[in-house]
Amino acid sequence: MTMVDARRRSRRRKEWKNLLSGLVYLAPALIVFGVFLFYPAVKTGWLSAFTTNVRGLPKAFVGFGNYIDNLTSEGFLSSLRVTLLFALMVVPVTMIVALCLAVLANEKLRGIGFFRTVYAIPLAVSSAAAAVVWRLIFHPSQGILNSLLGVFGVEPVGWLTDPNVALISVSLTTIWMHLGFNFIVLLGGLQSLPTELYESAAIDGAGRMRQLTSITLPLLSPVLFFVGIVLVIDSFQSFGQIDILTQGGPAGATNLIVYEIYQNAFVRNRVGYASAQTIVLFVIILVLTAVQYRFSERKVHYQ
Amino acid sequence: MAALLTTFPVLYAISSSLMTQRDFNAGAVLPSWPLEFGNYAAAFGKFPLLHYLLNTLIMSGIVTVALLITSSLAAFAFTFIPFRGRSVLFGIVLATLMIPWEATIIVNFQTVRDLGWLNTFAGLTVPSFAMAFGIFLLRQSFRTLPVELYEAIQIDGASRFRFFVSVVLPLSRPMLATLGVYSFITTWNKYLWPLLVTSTDKVRTVQIALKGMQGEATTAWPLVMAATVMVMAATVLVLVIGQRQLKAGLAAGAVKG
Repeated sequence: MTMVDARRRSRRRKEWKNLLSGLVYLAPALIVFGVFLFYPAVKTGWLSAFTTNVRGLPKAFVGFGNYIDNLTSEGFLSSLRVTLLFALMVVPVTMIVALCLAVLANEKLRGIGFFRTVYAIPLAVSSAAAAVVWRLIFHPSQGILNSLLGVFGVEPVGWLTDPNVALISVSLTTIWMHLGFNFIVLLGGLQSLPTELYESAAIDGAGRMRQLTSITLPLLSPVLFFVGIVLVIDSFQSFGQIDILTQGGPAGATNLIVYEIYQNAFVRNRVGYASAQTIVLFVIILVLTAVQYRFSERKVHYQ
Repeated sequence: MAALLTTFPVLYAISSSLMTQRDFNAGAVLPSWPLEFGNYAAAFGKFPLLHYLLNTLIMSGIVTVALLITSSLAAFAFTFIPFRGRSVLFGIVLATLMIPWEATIIVNFQTVRDLGWLNTFAGLTVPSFAMAFGIFLLRQSFRTLPVELYEAIQIDGASRFRFFVSVVLPLSRPMLATLGVYSFITTWNKYLWPLLVTSTDKVRTVQIALKGMQGEATTAWPLVMAATVMVMAATVLVLVIGQRQLKAGLAAGAVKG
């Protein structure tokens, strides 16, 4: 009896000790998450129900007022539209180009390692540096794009100043920025495909193109899906290139959501209003992330 | 050909950074001979570029070290310490992946402002001291270690912390390097957060400085390009050196989400 008691007590003591040391090891990470992730996420939701003063503190309770204002004002709706359009341009082009690069780099040739590194380079270039370089590329008189067009006698294009072109220019920059990451992930996907399938397909006389469309693409579809969702999320989060290239202009043509939030929260001091926009963006990203998880979980089951 | 497509902006930046102002004004694509290396010296002279680079290096270094510490401690607890509520806490860490950084940025700015941390390295770095991706990555790597290792060292009478420091960490060096490279590059390249919390040159990072440079010096593009090349060189170098590590990490991230 006492033996059992003692054993049980020692086990319980051990459990407590484990709990305590587990918490000690976790504390640094959990404190940071609490203070800089959970608390602000909840507080942003709280702030979105208020008008705020210049210091961003609640002034008057307005309930869903900020949301109603946002969803009925042209400014926010147009920035949602612009962001959607932006994603529609960036996502498919990036995926196609990155896939082409990955297929090229998957060939077993001498010196392919060099090309693999070269294709990955955009991964390391910051949005600020990339945007500055592209700003020069788009420069109206000295930029390489207009210089090239000039050779063919085409009038210079206002890449960043023409409202009809600016979003395309910003998309081009963004596509380039995303190439490195997508290339690496897709190459990883390609390299994990079973080679036997290709061998037997080659014996059956299937050409390169046929192999690509009927073996590679179907097998790669989970990776393509992952890459696609990440790209959509990234498109919705773009900021640096906008701030450097166009500042949301001309005439709001490149005013993506995060830039709109930044303007309201930190330039116009409309913190409550911006918080409501943040929550809308949060919900959009949450849905996208959830879709991605659901899908990748299923993928794991299939394997 | 495809290599040209992906590197052309970088090559163009290098090429322009070696032009004289006159080449540039003429809309040249390639610099004329002799190359104008003076732009690099001039960029350091005209802007406090070295100061900005140093700030960015310090910021990235602090975040990387802190992130490795918090992530490895947490991953260790999730792998080697069986305690009640572990799966709940792991769920909480999982949930952080659902919160995009935009959802936190307004209030985090207020927090850092109220702490008096604007224009300090604390303000720049502390909010990035933990990352769920880091915890997952290291947990995956820790889980490959055999449990018998821990049992063996317990028999020797060594403490759990001792086991963590002298067995787990050294054996997980490749994954720690992966996380380190990833964290260094992403932190070095940060834009919005440093833009918000730095309003003076004191701790301003080089990314934000790049924006300012083209404002003041629209006519001195070759100088700006020289500065840009320097900024890119740092992370591209880290990428080339830590390439294998980074790829391993990204692949793991892609599989795990």
